[in-house]
Amino acid sequence: MAKIKYIEFNGTEHEADVANGLSVMEGAIQNDIPGIDADCGGGMSCATCHVYINDDEWFKKLPEKEMGEDDMLDQAFEPKSNSRLSCQLIVSDDLDGLTVHMPEKQV
Amino acid sequence: MIKTDVVIIGAGPTGLFCAHQLGIIGLKCEIVDNLDKIGGQCIELYPDKPIYDIPAVPKCTGEELTNNLIEQIKPFNFNFHLSDRVQELKNENNKWLVKTLNGKEFETPNIVIAGGVGSFEPRKFPTKSAEKYDGKSVLYSIKDKTIFKDKSVVIFGGGDSALDWAIELSNSSKVTLVHRRDEFRGAPASVQKIKELSDNKTIDLITKYSIKDVKGNGSLESVEIKSETGESKVIKADYVLGFFGLIMQLGPIAEWGLNLDKKTIPVNTENFETNKKGIFAIGDICTYPGKLKLILSGFHEGALAARGCFKYARPDEKYRFEFTTASSTIKDRLGVKE
Repeated sequence: MAKIKYIEFNGTEHEADVANGLSVMEGAIQNDIPGIDADCGGGMSCATCHVYINDDEWFKKLPEKEMGEDDMLDQAFEPKSNSRLSCQLIVSDDLDGLTVHMPEKQV
Repeated sequence: MIKTDVVIIGAGPTGLFCAHQLGIIGLKCEIVDNLDKIGGQCIELYPDKPIYDIPAVPKCTGEELTNNLIEQIKPFNFNFHLSDRVQELKNENNKWLVKTLNGKEFETPNIVIAGGVGSFEPRKFPTKSAEKYDGKSVLYSIKDKTIFKDKSVVIFGGGDSALDWAIELSNSSKVTLVHRRDEFRGAPASVQKIKELSDNKTIDLITKYSIKDVKGNGSLESVEIKSETGESKVIKADYVLGFFGLIMQLGPIAEWGLNLDKKTIPVNTENFETNKKGIFAIGDICTYPGKLKLILSGFHEGALAARGCFKYARPDEKYRFEFTTASSTIKDRLGVKE
């Protein structure tokens, strides 16, 4: 279980306890947190669960991107070097305290 | 005005199999899709990726699945209306009048929305200033490449479309290719070619930059790009091209008075009808308790929606359930000779 903080583009903060094994994207969807669309349902084929990890320490601590994630991020709205697809961030105790920032929009 | 029993919106696997089921029970349909080819997400997103969960097909690609479905509905000779989009619906005397973007009109008692997660549209530049030039000097697809001759063209993107056009246009235009990172997702041969063209100064290659602003006075003059660390550059540009892949938009479907749950349409699981009589929704776009976004679920949903359509298309007839193995009527429809 990890406490994940989701911050919308307008600054609104949401916190959710997300069970291990779920993705950060699923944590948002299951808790009705706006700002993550996840059109494809977690298949890494749409780039609508795009988030920024603004804390550099956290960004480095996250599991590395698999092949294809950066390709998909090319097609996201305003991708940056600290961008991730939240469907690829699988929650474990190690992610307790993670904060993700949502982009202005997903599509 | 084309009169038909059913208009299907979406030529993905779900729409195609629904068409098959309509053909089997003796109904006619017309199929409209925004893409220029048949297959929906299977063709647009993963033509080469193997799918492992189609019943009785251990493994097939999106393209193979699509080709088999096209083959399966061939006997019915249904019309496809590609690169077109259903724009307007109006109900008159229990019939739906359907208008498309290209001006086609249909009259039908039934509409089946098999629209996936909406229609595919190119992702556009996030900068407001680019909207002013949209379709004129800021483009997301190329119809006529001769307009770029001897012009300065700035291309954004790192996939095959961006690379292929950069290579192609470098013959007769001054090309700058801008991408947000050092790696490209295009085919290795194209990536290699781009590096050669950059090394011999045929094109300008700028990585780790993205668009900031487009500038002009009536006509486009330049594009400003920015790096994440805050540097910016201004490049002379007659044309700016963006190739960031496709996004899916619900589009006009949201305007038809259907109940919506986020971007999906709630349906009755008996016949997959929506809150509007004669409008059905199947596949990824529909939702109900327990919904799975699987192709096989879409097939089931299409079969039931087809029976739902029968009631409105043939109000005076009673639907009879028949097996394809046994029914001579169905065999006639399929053109099977015994």
